[in-house]
Amino acid sequence: MNSVGLPHFLIVGAALFALGMVTVVTRRNAVGILMGVELILNAANVNFIAFNHYVDAPGRLTGQVFSIFVIVLAAAEAAVGLAIVLAIFQTFRTIDVQETDLLRE
Amino acid sequence: MEAVLFYIFAIGVVVAGAQVVLRRNPIYGAVSLVACFFFLAGIYVLLSAHLIAILQVMVYAGAVMVLFVFVIMLLNLKEEELGEMHVTTMKGIGLAAVLVLVGFIAWKALTPVQFARDMAVNEQIHGFGGVKAVGNVLYRSSVLPFEVTSLLLLVAVVSAVVIAKGKI
Repeated sequence: MNSVGLPHFLIVGAALFALGMVTVVTRRNAVGILMGVELILNAANVNFIAFNHYVDAPGRLTGQVFSIFVIVLAAAEAAVGLAIVLAIFQTFRTIDVQETDLLRE
Repeated sequence: MEAVLFYIFAIGVVVAGAQVVLRRNPIYGAVSLVACFFFLAGIYVLLSAHLIAILQVMVYAGAVMVLFVFVIMLLNLKEEELGEMHVTTMKGIGLAAVLVLVGFIAWKALTPVQFARDMAVNEQIHGFGGVKAVGNVLYRSSVLPFEVTSLLLLVAVVSAVVIAKGKI
């Protein structure tokens, strides 16, 4: 298989999404969960840019512009999420998501 | 040449992403996430999205991951606070489900599609994926989302300060 096409990039995106999903589901560490979310957002970006390159009309860049918005969103999400992690650590002295269960009471 | 580069970048992305899952220490996870983002930037260059590749390195590998590493260092977790890596049957089932899902997507994706186009077609368009071309689209047809994004960033900055500071 010499030429690389759209399916190859889609498989990379799917693998990245799966890895991110596994990270989000299995980690008990809040920072680790945020890293998994970053992986998932990047998988979405790979799909946007691959589809933009192969499927969209030549010269149109909608997918790339959308992936810029995704990057901005990920940066904002990381800032707010890490602030929440810091606040959780100040309250509970741990960032284990199994032990932060104030809403359960 | 292009296929060789693609396979180098793709294997790098998947291996570095797997490190994020497998490493217990968050610092190792963060560093391998940086490596993953660098390989992803290479993949974006292969897709002739040069501006996105630069933004990926600058915003993700630069700013966001510095924030992650900074918070991990600030928390300074001890070995026992990280929690143990439990291997349960539920996790095994979940991993199997994920592998089946990826295999299904790969099988679906590898069936031939008629809209697949040669890389060479897009290369003919001058400046495709560069700063000028992307900026043209960004500031003309999607200027309202762009402005809303600035509002989002303002809200994010204010809320991050309020949440992390506690009392101001």
